[in-house]
This record gives sequence, structure tokens and C-alpha cells, in this order.
Amino acid sequence: MRKTKSLAALALTAGLLLAACGDDSDSSTADTTAASEETATADTTVAAEGDAAAEGDATAAGTGNECTAGKTLEEGKLTIGTGNPAYSPWVENDAPESGEGFEAAVAYAVAEELGFSKDTVTWVRTSFDEAIQPGAKNFDFNLQQYSITDERKKTVSFSDPYYTSNQAIVGFADSAAANATSIADLKDLKFGAQAGTTSLDFITEVIAPSSEPFAYDDNAGAKAALEAKQVDAIVLDLPTAFYVSAVEIEGTKVIGQFPANAGSGADEFGLVFDLDNPLVECVNTALAALKDGGELAAIEKQWLSDKTGAPVIATE
Amino acid sequence: MNFDSSTGPSRASARRAFEEQRRRRSITIAATSTVAFVALVVILVPRMPRWDRVKQSFFSGEQFADSFPRLLDAFVLDLKIFAWSVPVILGFGMLVALARVSRNPALFPIRALCVIYVDLMRGVPVLLWIYLIGFGVPGLGLERPWNSPLLWGTVALCLTYSSYVSEVFRSGIEGVHESQRAAARSLGLTHGQTLRLVVIPQAVRRVIPPLMNDLVSLQKDVALVSLIGPIEILRQAGIDKSKFANFTPYVVAAVIFLCITVPLTRTADWLLARERRRTGATRVAA
Repeated sequence: MRKTKSLAALALTAGLLLAACGDDSDSSTADTTAASEETATADTTVAAEGDAAAEGDATAAGTGNECTAGKTLEEGKLTIGTGNPAYSPWVENDAPESGEGFEAAVAYAVAEELGFSKDTVTWVRTSFDEAIQPGAKNFDFNLQQYSITDERKKTVSFSDPYYTSNQAIVGFADSAAANATSIADLKDLKFGAQAGTTSLDFITEVIAPSSEPFAYDDNAGAKAALEAKQVDAIVLDLPTAFYVSAVEIEGTKVIGQFPANAGSGADEFGLVFDLDNPLVECVNTALAALKDGGELAAIEKQWLSDKTGAPVIATE
Repeated sequence: MNFDSSTGPSRASARRAFEEQRRRRSITIAATSTVAFVALVVILVPRMPRWDRVKQSFFSGEQFADSFPRLLDAFVLDLKIFAWSVPVILGFGMLVALARVSRNPALFPIRALCVIYVDLMRGVPVLLWIYLIGFGVPGLGLERPWNSPLLWGTVALCLTYSSYVSEVFRSGIEGVHESQRAAARSLGLTHGQTLRLVVIPQAVRRVIPPLMNDLVSLQKDVALVSLIGPIEILRQAGIDKSKFANFTPYVVAAVIFLCITVPLTRTADWLLARERRRTGATRVAA
């Protein structure tokens, strides 16, 4: 009796501690206006004078713009989170600092738009699940192909989407899965995907195969299972699917992608913030500017495979 | 407390009265301290500033009801894996233990092999074996159904737990006094008969409590098989947690696990107590 109670107490205490660690994010917005005038002038100078002349101002101006003042974890610095490890084509060679790979490039483009120079950007690593759980965050924003979903919005805030991806399936070119053209052709296959992702939801809700899918901690697990032929096909976002089939697992191909309106099929990727982080607004402004200026499209073209390459699978 | 002057029967009744009084006193103390402790928890915890948030994310009744049937369903897989594994583990563990305690010089290579096996299996986390065997062996090119993660995950569990269990058995066998063997041999029993009729029965009876501990821990480690694909209770709880952004599914899983492990542990305790009574160890009161 006593033992059980003390265990319960222990569990409760642990729970309380966890919760206590949560949401201390209400960074003050009070100093924003105070700082805004100065920074604004500094910013315009940089923009007007161009590279050579801006050299001297770079350190002073490279620490954010009027919007971000007082909203980042560390004043004058931008802390960005990504996966551990981060995968191609999102981050090349697991080195986001290089700016190579789609998400690394987007991160630096957003940082630049917010007025952060490259050397004021710090990278931290989190697991996929970790960053979307309630609790204090060690990053200003995190990007590792987080699909924007209503459920996740209860615990974290999202920016506007920076990329829209379709779900795609990858299987061996000589397998039963290879010739599927509709959902009906896929029913009897064994599927695998990363647990807690929209890809797994897509399998259970849209494909609804006859045998239960397998779930893994990460895409690496799903790929290992595909290689061992424990599953016939795995579901991923399209760019990752292309990368897996072209580079990682010999003999596989992207069997198809699902039209954007198929169930939870279309995934809009957003930057993840701590819940109600005021920085979201600044980042959305920056993203809008990048979209309007065509920079986002250019980055996408540079790092992601052509989306039209895979056949579309009918969902009716 | 001076009973010396009393006569026989009255001394005995005085002792009984005294013991009764001690017993009542310890019951009162136990009851009071339990009530005080429970009251402290029940009163204090809800007064913590963030209790509402914790309650919502760990003990949401709505989420509990929603996840429970799904998790119970997923738990069937855990039970199946457990049920397949236990006989294999007990059998294989006993074989390894017997090989290790064998005294035949010709069996030296087998003894050496068993030592290496036990060292390797015990020295490396179960998790690693599950990955290595669960992905590695099917990766060699086995065809379905022989590449099933369920099959190889279970094999990994059986191999690791057999090594733990073999050590438990070995300690039991070595704990049987040498005079038992000597007596059996002097009665004309062969080495094999001695082992089968005299040593093993005593050894097994002695190691049942520690064996139960291993089974309880196996029951929880079954969940590790989910790492290589199968969706069992813990994985389903994780999926639910991600989906609903709520930790209650984990609490549901914990409750379901407890329904199995608590009776198992209590049985182990009961067996241990019985063993103590049987071997005549006296209990010292607090």
C-alpha cells in the first residue's frame, strides 16, 4: 500500500517537474518599440549602401531587425534547431552551418531577412519528437520537415509554410508495389513509416492497408526495414523519397506521389516555435518577402528534386 | 517485562498479551503514517501552481477513454511475444546453465562458448541486440515470412534473457550443497541422475523468486521490439501522444503494464516469503 502510494507520488512529482519546465517563453515585447528606431535606421543604411559600404555596419546591423528585438532566446543572436542528424536533401552532410541543403538555405535566408548575419546564427540539434512536445525550447525556431497540423498547434506555434510537399511511396522497382496506380493496388502491401509523422497517419487513414503498418523511430529505421524487405514500401515526403531511391537504397524507385488533396496527403512544412512565440510574426514577414522576391523558389529549385518526376497515384 | 518470576502457563499468556500489544501498536503506527502521507499528497499536489496543466496533459479523462481500447488492443502483441519467449528462455537458459556447470573435460569448448555467449549478451544493452538481430539477420536476404521483425525481435529478446536466466539457474545449481551430490553419488546415482533428481529440483525451487524478477523485467522489455517496426502498446502510445499532443496515452500504457507486472511481482514476493518460511529463517520484527 505504502509503496504504491509513494510511487504515485514520485510519478506526480516527476510530472510536476516536467510541467514546471514548460512555457517560460513569454519573452517581453516591451523593449521592441524602444529599440526599433535605431535599428531601423541601421538597417536601411545597409540596404542602401550595398556590400562594400556596409562592411563596417555589418556587426552592428547583423544582430536582428526592429521586429526581432527582445524576442530571440539570446539578444542579437538567432538560435535555429534542426534534426539530429539532419538528412539530405534538407541539410547536406549533416552540416547546416554550411548553408547547403534546402532547409539550411531557407534558415539562412530567413535569418538574413530578419537582419541576422551568418555569424550570429547558432545551430542546435533536437530529435523530431522532442521539438514538438510541450516545454521550454532551446531554439528560436526549428525546422526538420514539420508538417503543420491542428494537433501540433496545441503545443507549438508554426510559421507560414515554407514548402509544400506531397506524400510519396518508395519501394523496390521489381516488387509487387512497383506498378501501383491507385490506392486499391496498395491495400495488400506491408507499409512502414516514421512514428508520429503525417506519413504514418497517411498510411493508416488514407491507404488503410489490410495488414498493420510498421512504425519506426526515424526514417533510418523505415529504410532498414525496406532494405531487409520486411516492408514492401515506405511513405515519405516527396523530396526525401527521391533522395532515398536515388542515393540511399539501390534498386528502389519512387512508385508514386499522392495528389495534394488526398486526405492528410499534402504536407505544408512550417518552422516550429515555442507556443505563442512573438517571433513568429517577424519570421512570417520575412518568409513573405522571400516568397515575393522569388528567393524561396530559387532555393527550392537549387536543392530539391523536380516535383513532377513521380507519377500521381489516384486516391479514389 | 520481567517474566522470570511467573509460572509456566501464565508466563506464556503474558507473552502473548505483550506480543498482541506490540502488534496493535505497529498497526496503529502504520495506519497513521499512511493516512498522513496520502493526505499530504492528495492535499498538496492539486495546490501546486501548474497542477491543472499537468492534469490536462497526463491525466486527461477524455484522452484516457479514447486511447484505452486502442492501447489494450496493441497490448495483445506484447502478451503474445511474452508468451512465446518465456518457455524458450527458460529452456535455453537451463541448457546454458547446465553446460556451464558440467564437469566433463571433453565439454570444455562448450563451456567456453557458453561463457562467451553470456558475457556478450549480458554486457550489451538489449536495445542493441534488437536492432542488430532484428534488422541485421533479415537484411541477409531472407524471404518473408522468415524476415519478420516479430520473429527476429523475439529471437533477440530470447537470446539476451536466456543469458540472464542461465546465470540465475547456475547460481541456484551451485548453491546446492556439495554434500547433496556426494550423498546422491554414494547411493549409486550416476552424474546425470544426480543432476536431474537431486540438484536441479532443489536449484529451481531456490531460484524461482529471482527468476520472477527477470520475467517482470522481460514483460517490460518486450516493448523494445517496437523499435524494429511492430506497433505494440508503447509505440501506439507514442503515436497517440504525437497525434493528440497529450501524454495521457503513456499513463494508460503504464496502467495496463501494471495490471500484469504487479500480480507478477506480488507472486514473486509470496514465493520468496514461502521459501523463507520453508527454509526456516526467522523474521525479526522492527
